[in-house]
Amino acid sequence: MGRKLLLQHINAPGINTLQGYRQTGGYAAVKKALKTLSPDDVVEEVKKSGLRGRGGAGFPTGMKWSFLAKPEGVPRYLVCNADESEPGTFKDRYLMTKIPHLLIEGMIVASYALGANTSYIYVRGEMMPQIRILEKAIAEAKNVGLLGKNILGTGYDLELYVQPGGGAYICGEETALLESLEGKRGNPRIKPPFPAIAGLYGCPTVVNNVESIAAVVPIINEGGDEYAKIGIGRSTGTKLISASGNINKPGVYEIELGVPVEEFIYSDEYCGGIANGKRLKAVVAGGSSVPILPANLTLKTINNESRLMSYESLSDGGFATGSMMGSGGFIVFDEDQCIVRNTWNFARFYHHESCGQCSPCREGTGWMEKVLHRLEYGHGKMSDMDLLVDVSKKIEGNTICPLGDAAAWPVASAIRHFRDEFEWHVTNAAEATTRNYGLAHYADPLPKIEKAEA
Amino acid sequence: MLRVENTEQAPVEFSAALIAKFDDIKSRYPEGKQKSALLPVLHLVQAEYGWVSAPAMDKVAEYLNILPIEVYEVATFYTMYFMRPQGKYVLEVCRTGPCCLVGAEKIMDYIEQQLGVKEGEVTTDGLFSWRGVECLAACGFGPVLQIGPEYTFYENLTTQSVDSLIADLKAKANN
Amino acid sequence: MKVTIDGITVDVEPGTSILNAARQIGGDIVPPAMCYYSKLEGSGGKCRTCLVKVSKGSEKDPRPMPKLVASCRTTVMDGMEVQNITSPEVIEARKGVVEMLLINHPLDCPVCDQAGECHLQDLGYEHGAAKTRYEFDRRTFEKIDIGDKIQLHMTRCILCYRCVFTADQITNTRLHGILNRGDHSEISTYIEKAVDNDFSGNVIDVCPVGALTDKTFRFKNRVWFTKPVEAHRDCDKCCGKVTLWYKGEDVIRVTGRKDVYGEVEEFICNTCRFDTKKTADWTIEGPRKVSHKSVISANHYETMKPLPVVKTNPLLQEANKEQFERETRL
Repeated sequence: MGRKLLLQHINAPGINTLQGYRQTGGYAAVKKALKTLSPDDVVEEVKKSGLRGRGGAGFPTGMKWSFLAKPEGVPRYLVCNADESEPGTFKDRYLMTKIPHLLIEGMIVASYALGANTSYIYVRGEMMPQIRILEKAIAEAKNVGLLGKNILGTGYDLELYVQPGGGAYICGEETALLESLEGKRGNPRIKPPFPAIAGLYGCPTVVNNVESIAAVVPIINEGGDEYAKIGIGRSTGTKLISASGNINKPGVYEIELGVPVEEFIYSDEYCGGIANGKRLKAVVAGGSSVPILPANLTLKTINNESRLMSYESLSDGGFATGSMMGSGGFIVFDEDQCIVRNTWNFARFYHHESCGQCSPCREGTGWMEKVLHRLEYGHGKMSDMDLLVDVSKKIEGNTICPLGDAAAWPVASAIRHFRDEFEWHVTNAAEATTRNYGLAHYADPLPKIEKAEA
Repeated sequence: MLRVENTEQAPVEFSAALIAKFDDIKSRYPEGKQKSALLPVLHLVQAEYGWVSAPAMDKVAEYLNILPIEVYEVATFYTMYFMRPQGKYVLEVCRTGPCCLVGAEKIMDYIEQQLGVKEGEVTTDGLFSWRGVECLAACGFGPVLQIGPEYTFYENLTTQSVDSLIADLKAKANN
Repeated sequence: MKVTIDGITVDVEPGTSILNAARQIGGDIVPPAMCYYSKLEGSGGKCRTCLVKVSKGSEKDPRPMPKLVASCRTTVMDGMEVQNITSPEVIEARKGVVEMLLINHPLDCPVCDQAGECHLQDLGYEHGAAKTRYEFDRRTFEKIDIGDKIQLHMTRCILCYRCVFTADQITNTRLHGILNRGDHSEISTYIEKAVDNDFSGNVIDVCPVGALTDKTFRFKNRVWFTKPVEAHRDCDKCCGKVTLWYKGEDVIRVTGRKDVYGEVEEFICNTCRFDTKKTADWTIEGPRKVSHKSVISANHYETMKPLPVVKTNPLLQEANKEQFERETRL
C-alpha cells in the first residue's frame, strides 16, 4: 500500500466541508506557513521537495516560483490552472469535487509564498458544479478568517476568486489561460516574455496546476525533505493518475511515483486488470498528447527492464520506444480497440481545439484529421502513413505553443508502433470497417538485445 | 459572418437582478480590467436567454465598456456559447477517445435516434438539442453527458439511463 | 550589440529583433514575413515563415536555442549567431509552413487582383513545392463587402491579423475582428457593418494576400500593366505621400508607398486613396522604382534598354548609368 498525501482522507465524512476538512487536520499548513515561515522559507521547502508541475510539462514547481520577478509596487498573481481538458485526465475534477478545501489551502500557502494578494482559480466552464463547490468552500474559509484581510491575524491579505472558462482546451496552456482570464480569445502568447516577468495584466504571475498547488499542503506539513523521500530519483512524491479505458476499476489513484506499470494495471489496488477478461493492446500513459505505446513497450522498456510510473521511466527510450508522464491520464486499450480509429479521434480533438493563430497547427491538424478519417473509413492509401508522419513533423516544434507538438506526437507514435494496423486498413479496407485488427503481435515479448562480448 | 436565417435577433434589456450579478463579478478584478468579466458575464447571459444573441452581446459590450467586436471575437472562440437558439435542454455528449473506448459513439447514435434530430438541430417541441463535445474530463466515468446552464453531469451512460434521463427532462418541462 | 546572421555580422541597437537585424543587412538572408509588420505593434509570430535557427544564444550563454524561433519576435542578444538560409532545418521548416499556408488557399491568382504584388505568391515561388499533396476540399467563404470601398474575400486570407492591428492602431475604432477558432477562424464584422472611417483603407495595403482588396480597382487591370508613379498632395488628414497606379492617362488606383518589404512608409487616408484620382490633384515626383525581379516591371523591359543615341553620348551615358547596369544584369 503506497502512501497517500492528497487523497488520504478522501472518504472521511464531510471532507468537502470546512468542518470535515479541519477535523482531518486541514488548514494546518496555512497556520504553519503564515505563522512560522517566511515566504522564502515556503519556496525553499517546495524546492527541496522536488515537486514537479503536475499539469503535464513536469517543470520543477519551486524553480518556477523562484523565477517570479518581484519589482516594487507591482502586484503579483498566482493563477491556478483548473482548465483540465486533456483527454484521459480527470484528477483535478475529482480533487475539486471531493476536497475543495485542499486546493484552497494550497492556494493560500502558495499565494503567501509568492506574495500575491489576489489569486484566481481558472476552472474550465464545463465544470460549473465544481465552480459552485469551490465558491462555497471559499465563502466558508473567508467566514472563519482563512481568506480576506489579515488572515489568522498575521497581517497577510488574500482574495481568492474562481473564474470560469468558456470551453477551450487551449486555455490549459498557461499564456492562453491568462489571455482568457483577461477576457480575450484564448490565443497563446508569444514567449518571451514569460508569465513570471509579464503575466496576468502584464504583472509577474505564476500559473500552477491544481494538483501541484494541492501538493504544497503536505509538503509544508511534513517538510520538503520528507516529501522528497517518497518516489524514485527525480520523480518525488505522489502523483494522481486518472485511469480510464478498458480496465476493471477506472478512477483516480494516488500512487507513489515509481510503481511498476504492470502492477498499476493489474493489481487490485489500482486498475484491477483489463475489463471483460480481454488482453492489453496499448496504453497512452500521460494524457492524449503523449506517444501511445503497444502493450509490450508499456510494461517493459526497450532494455527489457520493468517500466515504472515515473517521469524518467515512462520516457525511457525517448520518442522511439518511450512515452511521457504528462498529466497522468492513463488510457488503457484492450485487444478489441482500433488504433486507427482512436488516432483519428485524437486528431479530430486537436483539430477542433487548435486556436488557429499560427499556420502549421491551424492547417496541419485539420489535414491530419482528414487523412486519418480517410484511412479509418476505408479510402486510405499506402502513402498516407508517410504523409502523416511528414505533416506531423512539419507541425512539431514550429508552432507558438505546445499544442502543435501535442497534436503531432499521438499521430507519429501510432504510426511508428502500429504501422501494420494502418497498412491493414488500406489493404483490407472493406474488412477494416467491420472488424478490428486485434492484438496482433503488440503484446509479444520484446526481442532480446544482443550484448557485445566484453 | 453571421448567417442570420431563422435567428431572431430581438432587442435585449438586462434585468436589474442580472446586472447585480454582473457587478459582483466585475468587482473581482483590478480597476480598469473589467474586460476579465466577459466570460462569466456571457455565461450568465446564456443561462438567462438560452443562447447569446448579437443584441445581447452589444449590451454586454456596453456594460463592460468595450467594443462589440471584442465580445463577438470571444463568444465565437469558446465552444460553450451558443450563437443560435437551442433546445431547452442541450445534451452535450463527450465524443473524445477515452469515452469512445467505452461506448460513447453508441450513446450518441442512440440519442440521435431517440430525439429524432441530427446533431445541432432542435426537436420540434423545442425541448431538446444535442451535440458531441470534446473531452469533459471525466474519462473514468464514461460515457458522459452534461446539460447546461448548470452543467449537470451524467456518468456511466447506458441506453436505459439515457431513456430515463430524457423521460425525466420531459416530465420536468411539462410541470 | 553584435549579431551574426548567416555569417554576416551587424551592429544593432539593444531590443532589435532578429528579423530587423537581418533587414539591416539586407539581401537574401532576410527571412520572409507574412504577418509581421514593423509599423503595427504586437504583430508577428503567427505565420511562422520567418523561423530561424539560433545556433548560439549569446556571448554570455552560448547554448543554442532548442527550437526554431520566430525571428520577428525574438530579440537579439550580444554575440548571438543565427542561421537562416544556411540552415537546412530552417529551409525545411519554411517549406512546411508555406505548404500549410497553401493547402487551403484557393490558388485563384489568375483572377485575383493581388497577383503580381502578393507576398504569398512570392513566398510560394521561392519556397513552395510545385505540386500539392493536399487532396481534400479547400476551405471557402462567401465574399463580403465591408463598406462600399473594400471587399473581403476570406477564402484567400492567411490570418495574419495585420488588418486587425491596423484597425486598432491606425483607425479610431474597430468593427472587424477574428471570429471562431482553428481553421474555421475568419475575419468578419459578425453582423453586417461597413468598415468605413478615415483610415480604414489601410487594411488593403497591409493585407499580404488578396483577401482585402480595393473595390474601386477591382478587376480594372493587372498590376503589371499599370505604371506606378510617386506623387504627393497637401492633405489635412494624412501625409499625402502616395503611389499612383496609371493605366494610360488614368489613375486607376492609389496606395501608400511600400518599401522593399512591402510595408507602407506611411499610412494614408481614405480621401487620398479612394476619392482623389485625377492627375491634377497630385504633384508627380517621378516613376516609382520597381525591383527588376518584380512582375510589375515585366512589361517595361524594352524601356530599360538604353536607346542607341544614348550609347554614343557620354553625358547621356552618365545620366542613364542605372539602366546600363540593369541591362548587363538582364
